[in-house]
Amino acid sequence: MKEFLEGSQAIAKIISLCKPAVIAAYPITPQTHIPEELAKMVADGLLNSEFVNVESEHSAASVVLGAVATGVRAYTATSSQGLLLMGEVLFNIAGLRLPIVLTCANRAVSAPINIWNDQQDSISLRDSGWIQFYAENIQEAVDLHLIAYRIAEDKNVMLPVMVCIDGYILTHGLEVVEIPEEKMVENFLPPYQTNYKLDIENPLTLGFLADSDYYMETRFAIQKTHQEVLKLLPKIIQEFKTIFGRDYQEGLVEAYRTEDAEKVIVAMGSVCGTIKEAVDDLRKKGKKVGLLKIITYRPFPSNKIYEALKDVSKVAVLDRALSLGSDAPLYSEIRSVFFGKKRAPKLIRSFIAGLGGRDITLESIKTIFKKLSLKETEEEFIDLKPELLKEKL
Amino acid sequence: MERKVLFASGHTACAGCGQAIAARLVIETAGSNTIVANNTGCLEVFSTKYPESSWGIPWIHSLFENAAAVASGIESALKYKGREDIQVICQAGDGGTADIGLQALSGMWERGHNILSICYDNEAYMNTGIQRSGLTPFESDTTTTPTGRKSFGNPNLKKPVPEIALAHGIPYVATASVGFPQDLQRKVKKALSIKGPKYIQIHVPCPLGWRHEPYLTYKIARLAVETGLYPLFEYENGVLISVRKITVLPVEEYLKLQARFKHILSNPEELKKIQEIANNNIKRYNLFAEEKSNP
Repeated sequence: MKEFLEGSQAIAKIISLCKPAVIAAYPITPQTHIPEELAKMVADGLLNSEFVNVESEHSAASVVLGAVATGVRAYTATSSQGLLLMGEVLFNIAGLRLPIVLTCANRAVSAPINIWNDQQDSISLRDSGWIQFYAENIQEAVDLHLIAYRIAEDKNVMLPVMVCIDGYILTHGLEVVEIPEEKMVENFLPPYQTNYKLDIENPLTLGFLADSDYYMETRFAIQKTHQEVLKLLPKIIQEFKTIFGRDYQEGLVEAYRTEDAEKVIVAMGSVCGTIKEAVDDLRKKGKKVGLLKIITYRPFPSNKIYEALKDVSKVAVLDRALSLGSDAPLYSEIRSVFFGKKRAPKLIRSFIAGLGGRDITLESIKTIFKKLSLKETEEEFIDLKPELLKEKL
Repeated sequence: MERKVLFASGHTACAGCGQAIAARLVIETAGSNTIVANNTGCLEVFSTKYPESSWGIPWIHSLFENAAAVASGIESALKYKGREDIQVICQAGDGGTADIGLQALSGMWERGHNILSICYDNEAYMNTGIQRSGLTPFESDTTTTPTGRKSFGNPNLKKPVPEIALAHGIPYVATASVGFPQDLQRKVKKALSIKGPKYIQIHVPCPLGWRHEPYLTYKIARLAVETGLYPLFEYENGVLISVRKITVLPVEEYLKLQARFKHILSNPEELKKIQEIANNNIKRYNLFAEEKSNP
């Protein structure tokens, strides 16, 4: 059924259809509307979940860890500082191979404190072992949560998934969204079942101490599983398409008007909507431009990216996060895709935009396409205010 | 009937480890219908070195500070599944309880989960090499409160964790000692019969950290109680319902067996301060027995 919904409401609806046994969350802007909606559903008797009001994000992550370790489905959501506070637990969850789904309402990281959108929070957790999806719009955010549970709980995966949605833009924005029917969700997502759990009939020890004789293999196993996810996800996406009708290509990347493109922007998240509009505008003027949207950032779909960009002359990588002291994260990974390859773009440039919620407008995107004609190879901050740099911050 | 081993020997604890004895007493009292969440610390390290585990019950270790939150998740999942008959215990050392894990523990107590939290109090961070914790006693010599020309060791009193637990209004709070195993087992049994959050703090000597002979563990644990330095009490619904009465021995009897207090023994002034702590406990909990207490 199509409904006009706020992003957070839409996500709460799809989570409730996934029927998590346990929900634990701690308030942080701009994530709050999601747990509030879920709490109300529980209060109204519309959702049969244990809603645990924890005293921190560290405990939110730990509560869902304990719940999933007991063999049930669980859900949490957070943003920014909350995600960083969870950081230690997030690594632990992946190491324990517990298939938790978490929504990260992307927000800038302090200091200075800033509640608005960029992607520094989730990017900073990219090495934690979690699968990471980035949504362009609310419909995609809804669908990716459903897909997240399906892939996380797959017997051959058993890894947590973080669905990253741009704070405010997707959490507080409204859109006409198709919320799937309960029956269809049940067809796509079977109840969570595992033998790897805390069970008095089969008393397992979880969370061993593993010394140098054993530790490395556990990390290797997660690395291998990520490679498997790259093969498995397209099959799940195909099944999703058959049931729900929406097409996410293979769920790894989305190539938009790239076939004959000379210039392509690579980006993640809601900015892709703006880029598509800019591409359409420029195409009308005869410019051969396109977009490569990264949907799955972990595992990193290097082969798909190679295939999509190998014949493109000029590539701009748009990062909404930094690796302070080095190249921007997405940029450096896109570059590494083409290392030693014969077919590769002639130019790959790094653009940083939209930090701390600064708007990325159609003009910002067109500026990036324009700047891609120049030869400079240094990274460039778009819409930076040079006059502010003279002030003592 | 085959008797299930719930905490197997063969683990790597030091000889004379009070925590290992207490942990076995706790889990054997609780029985096989129990799930345990364990904070990081000695107990976790010596009982679950892959590929071996001492535990015959479902057991999970996640991190240093989050066992109470993990246990909250376990208990919530059991509630969802309608398996509230299964008992949940979260356990930690004194650092994992009084310091780094206190926030998660407070949250768990305040939310009212049906969980028994156990603190194995060996009075310092033994797993990392005898650093001071919030439960290290006054003037104990640890690696981060060393004695020296300007120091008599730890300058602080033990953090009153049982009182903090009581302030949460939880239905059962007790102290116990590995030196009084029957009392300890009775308290675990009682705690598990009560619905809601429970807290038991168990005094467990550490031969390595306290620097005493391993064969003295039991004796030293008893002396801590008999001098009044570790009062054994029990609160139900905020009311003090029992204390272990003692004939009261001077604190030197306890201190002199442990090198962590060696510097105090020759210093009457400091010794007096420690006797004062015991005297306050004796007065506060009315520990003095008219006749000799039962062994």
